[in-house]
Amino acid sequence: MTLLTALARLLIFPGLLFAVPAAWFFLWVERKSVALMQERVGPPFMQPFFDFIKLLGKSTPPRIGIAGLLMRAWPLIAVSAAAGAVGLLPVLPLSGGFEGDLILLLALLELPSICIIAAGFSSRSIFGEIGSAREAALSVSYNIVFLLAIVSIAASQHTFRLDALASAPFTPLHWIGILAILVCLPAKLHINPFSLPNAEQEIYAGPMTEYAGPELAMWELSHGLEWVAGTGLVATLVAPHVGIAWLAACIFVAISFAVVLLLSALAAATARLAIDSSVRFYWQCTLIFAVLAVSSALFMRFRS
Amino acid sequence: MNLWKRLMCTARRRSPWLFHMNSGSCNGCDIEIVAALSPRYDAEQLGVRLEGSPRHADILCVTGPVTRKAVGAVKTVYDQVLGPKAVIAIGSCPATTNVFIDSRTLDGPLDKHLPVDVFVPGCPPRPDAIIAGVARAAAILAERGNNSPTTTVAIASVAEEAKQ
Repeated sequence: MTLLTALARLLIFPGLLFAVPAAWFFLWVERKSVALMQERVGPPFMQPFFDFIKLLGKSTPPRIGIAGLLMRAWPLIAVSAAAGAVGLLPVLPLSGGFEGDLILLLALLELPSICIIAAGFSSRSIFGEIGSAREAALSVSYNIVFLLAIVSIAASQHTFRLDALASAPFTPLHWIGILAILVCLPAKLHINPFSLPNAEQEIYAGPMTEYAGPELAMWELSHGLEWVAGTGLVATLVAPHVGIAWLAACIFVAISFAVVLLLSALAAATARLAIDSSVRFYWQCTLIFAVLAVSSALFMRFRS
Repeated sequence: MNLWKRLMCTARRRSPWLFHMNSGSCNGCDIEIVAALSPRYDAEQLGVRLEGSPRHADILCVTGPVTRKAVGAVKTVYDQVLGPKAVIAIGSCPATTNVFIDSRTLDGPLDKHLPVDVFVPGCPPRPDAIIAGVARAAAILAERGNNSPTTTVAIASVAEEAKQ
């Protein structure tokens, strides 16, 4: 991958120029579909954009010292990590990749939630700390399943290259892995039934309680970009291999949209689970499938 | 720059985030605020969101006649809402202290302590009157921009507007 294609992927498609409007669009789809399921009209199309602009125009409380500096830095790190993760997705055919880009993608996908945990603790708010502790507990439980699912897909194809995985033939193992990723996405995106880190009203706003103005706008944007990256990861793994660039892009957007609809329907239909139930769900119910998937992938690899 | 100002004005008008503060209310107005967000009235069409933290909010909705114990809390929460901000007094209690007038446990009405932008009268006010009040407050926010709130109080007869 040359520097020019890497920059084009990061800045144009599927990077910032595509990902930021897509993030606002997915946030709107989430709110709108929840509203439709509750027989409401819901927010207008431009709502996430107006929210973002309005937040940019608000003032922020004075922040002093290292803690203040860190509080300003976390949302920016989260946004850049999420945007980088979107830029790595092999959407277009022949867009090129490098050995081990799957590992970088996983690291970048994980960085926003680490930033959220750190942000809650550096805000010194009791509600922020409770939210961060919940986020940390949740992150430890769903990440095991998430990583095992990805490793099982990668092990069955003998590669850590994303574009090789995206164009690999489908096997039952592939589908089990994708299912496991789908099960982990609600926790990664903090939506119902795993919305407990930022549990609205219950612990004020969780790690975001002390954030305001442009910083909060960056958190909203990073949340939207996480939507694009998470659903985009599923879309690249599910999408059939197409040679034409525009068709591949359209298929990517359509599958991402379908995953957003699926997750929003789940969010509207469920209530928030308590932390012990959430952790138990991942450790007891789904971990066994992830272990089965990864062990059968390794078994198949040694047999072939 | 002018374009940015106009965009900001539209964004402030179309994205009012509320923080709800009870200053000793009987819960009647609080229930009506929740009803305004329910499927029947659906205030989210105007971009309204009820926020958990006052740091996120643009509009502070105060219910209740402001008891002596609540004065400090009301002032603290008002300071925690970051500018530009507006205040709505929901119900007759924060406007006039209503039937509790001259009670020794009260330190109301609300405009003794905070610059109130919109009064929504009623005991309790109807959800559509509350939504009309929020829309009026969002328009005031958009007009005022970054200027600090003036001490003159705009009393909106939102109940009349809602009837029309």
